Amino acid sequence: MLRRSIPETGVTRRALMIGAAGLSFAFVERGFGLADAISPASAASPTTFNPWVAIAPDGLISIMSPAAEMGQGSKTSLPLILAEELDADWKDVRIVAAPPNEEIYGNPGFLGMMYTAGSATVAGYYTPMRQFGAQVRRVILDNAARKWGVAVSELRTEPSVVVHDKTGRRLSYGEIASFAVLPPTAPQINPDELKRPGQFRLIGNDVTRFELPTKVDGSARYAIDIQVPGMLYGALLTPVFPDSRAKTIDDAAARAVHGVVGIYNLPNGVGVGVVAETPWAAFTAKDALRVSWTPSPKAGAFDSEASMDRYAAISRGEISQQATLWDKAGDGTDGLETATETLTGEYRCDYAYHAQMEPLNAVASVSEDGNSVEIWCGTQSQAMAVRVAASTLGIDRSKVKFNEVLLGGGFGRRGPQDQDFLVGALLLSREVKRPIKVLWTREDDIRNGRFRPMSAHRIEAGFGKGGELTTWHHRVTTDNVSIFQDPGRYYGPFKQRDMLSLLGTELPTYSIPNRLSEHFAVDSGVRLASLRGIGFTANKFATESFVDESARKRGIDPLEFRLSLTRNAPRARAVLEAVAEMSNWRQRRPGSGYGLAYIDYSGTQIAGVAEIVMDRTSGEIRLKNFWVAIDPGVAVQPDNIVAQTEGSVVYGMGMALSEQITIKDGEIQQSNFYDYTVMRMRDLPNIEVRIVRSDGRPTGVGQMATPLVAPAIGNAVAELAGVRLRHTPMLPSRVLAALNGGARQ
Amino acid sequence: MIVHFTVNGSRAEADAPPETPLLWVLREHLKLPGTRFGCGAGLCGACMVHIDGDRAFSCQTQLSGIEGRAVTTIEGLSKDSTHPVQKAWLKEQVPQCGYCQSGQIMSAAALLKHSPHPTRDEIVDYMSAHICRCGTYPRILRAIERASREG
Ligand code: FES
Ligand code: FES
Repeated sequence: MLRRSIPETGVTRRALMIGAAGLSFAFVERGFGLADAISPASAASPTTFNPWVAIAPDGLISIMSPAAEMGQGSKTSLPLILAEELDADWKDVRIVAAPPNEEIYGNPGFLGMMYTAGSATVAGYYTPMRQFGAQVRRVILDNAARKWGVAVSELRTEPSVVVHDKTGRRLSYGEIASFAVLPPTAPQINPDELKRPGQFRLIGNDVTRFELPTKVDGSARYAIDIQVPGMLYGALLTPVFPDSRAKTIDDAAARAVHGVVGIYNLPNGVGVGVVAETPWAAFTAKDALRVSWTPSPKAGAFDSEASMDRYAAISRGEISQQATLWDKAGDGTDGLETATETLTGEYRCDYAYHAQMEPLNAVASVSEDGNSVEIWCGTQSQAMAVRVAASTLGIDRSKVKFNEVLLGGGFGRRGPQDQDFLVGALLLSREVKRPIKVLWTREDDIRNGRFRPMSAHRIEAGFGKGGELTTWHHRVTTDNVSIFQDPGRYYGPFKQRDMLSLLGTELPTYSIPNRLSEHFAVDSGVRLASLRGIGFTANKFATESFVDESARKRGIDPLEFRLSLTRNAPRARAVLEAVAEMSNWRQRRPGSGYGLAYIDYSGTQIAGVAEIVMDRTSGEIRLKNFWVAIDPGVAVQPDNIVAQTEGSVVYGMGMALSEQITIKDGEIQQSNFYDYTVMRMRDLPNIEVRIVRSDGRPTGVGQMATPLVAPAIGNAVAELAGVRLRHTPMLPSRVLAALNGGARQ
Repeated sequence: MIVHFTVNGSRAEADAPPETPLLWVLREHLKLPGTRFGCGAGLCGACMVHIDGDRAFSCQTQLSGIEGRAVTTIEGLSKDSTHPVQKAWLKEQVPQCGYCQSGQIMSAAALLKHSPHPTRDEIVDYMSAHICRCGTYPRILRAIERASREG
């Protein structure tokens, strides 16, 4: 995400930081933080080689990890990449949660932010982590050379040991740390001094993620598990619409609930807060509150179903609206006028909800004088949480002590700039001067959901004389996600373009000379956020369905059509060929439908084939098989890549088949997992994942398969039943409508 | 209301309103947070425990109903992750965010106790009481089959 536009200055800035030994590790070793969960600290005091690495005389190597861990594994992968170039023995390594200091620990591939999102963590930190590891190794070698009075060139390393072959002498990293002298500036490491992929010992070999065993014995700690002495519990009754406020509050019944401590009308639409001695008392009292809210002229009038037709009319140009250019290649749409033939296709996607398994919550402990705070929350951005705590309480950031915990899922919900899940705990703790754990119920989590936006797409394609695709025009109408989720980035680096909605419309690996994608942003007053797959999920449903439609209409096999479109992109062709082989595409079984989709997701090449069967009476689609071939560059942790891809497929199935948020008179119509239906084991197809190896830098894996699923299924339906499904989720009712003649190709 | 029961083999008592869900008693009163809150409505299985050896949604079990009964949570399934289901979970590297996994493991253990060699359909049917938003279902399935095989 935005990776291409970021110069690698981060590396040089950080390269100077070696010797900044004053940077203490003690800060992160206290409290409930992750550090405790990882491994005990060394008894002897370690030498801090740079802000990332400290080595103790007993050989324990502590490596900072700035990633948030939500199950995607990068909190383990980053230190592993550093350890590779350091040539550390992995069993000596202890992972430490990096403190929320973006100057040092920000992701150079993500605008320098400490923000675990966009599948950009391993991608963004890969090169700097290798540099840092190599620098420390060099310092260790220099110290050993000095000690022995030999040339550095005569030395080599084995895991955690320096070896002088001529004399057979060996010194462990721990021994060297005990006498190491650090240079005033970091040694320069040229790219060709880094290991070549063939020399990797750790990268490419699976290790168990540091926290995985704690998820098998129940000892993993999420924010919701934190208990601190004197802690009370909070629940929030939030306004239905983001911009309405409590008008009247009848809290007599709520106050009568045993264990209730207080009820507070909180500012800025945070809602009415209940504080109680137990969670159950807080929930019971919240349910007993009678609150009337001020009306919301905009949000209160919104109706998603009715609005969808309007969105589609905007995309079609029937309602005129100013477009924002997102991406352009060649002559844009000029070629449409001279095209031999044109085709158009329209697609729609409904709102969708993250449904991370841990409902949002936070613990805050504001000091008696209100001038400092300690917080525990599962956030995708440690630095944002600190900023929000400071600004909400009007205190300096240095007065915020952040404790890192594991995240019970993120998927984008724990990354908004306003860190909405933290604010209630801050305000209530300040009111009652006690630590507070604010818990959202699942119903609160949906009611306060921040959704993947609803979207309407229209694509028009022009073909030349030889039938080649020459022009591509994609018009997207959605609410503006970026402006809501992250106004800072929207008005700053995004240059007022809604990257979070439009990503995925660019098609750089398809040889289509003239392309244009543009955004028609609508302000419906709905709360929004990026969600696993970001803009790709909706946009690829449109583009990959339309590519398929174009191929079928012209009587060309969808695989052959894509192979010809990717003629100048060998890595794309490789994943297409791989998935064709896995699924036996060229000898497909009759009786079931096969559908193909391919994506270039920020450089990761991925292709998938769905095999489906349909019940033509109920309209139900069932997946039998889903094959995926993925080339994410260097595969840092192959089994984790497979796991992430399996999970992404399951997530994408939900988006494709069942998950739907609807809004009527501004109110979210869904409230729990009975009416927001996600995939369960009974829905699971056989999923096969193949990693297509390449040696390029890693480009991300955490969500790349999610957007493959809907178009692959839609394309399979087109093959099996001859109808085109144009609206996700592909609910049985929509399938039946299509089968009954609504959407014939 | 004061209720007496056992948790993971030890005597426990809790003083709370009778309708309080066992889930919150375990998590906040008894400080056993390995049993998770996911939906509070019997829809996700994150809160699964054993009561007298059978699986039960602790969010749907009222405190008043457990007088004298034996509750087992993930913390009590084994001392050191040596229950066959836990061993298989580690071998198959099942958890991602991990939040659903205590419940999944408790269900898998209950399933194998009642049916040591379940068919795939039985596993799918039984485990579909759970939601794993991270989509670890393929690995859960493999881990249960492994635990059934390796015991
Ligand atoms: S929390 Fe009990 S089933 Fe979801
Ligand atoms: S591992 Fe995240 S919900 Fe199951």
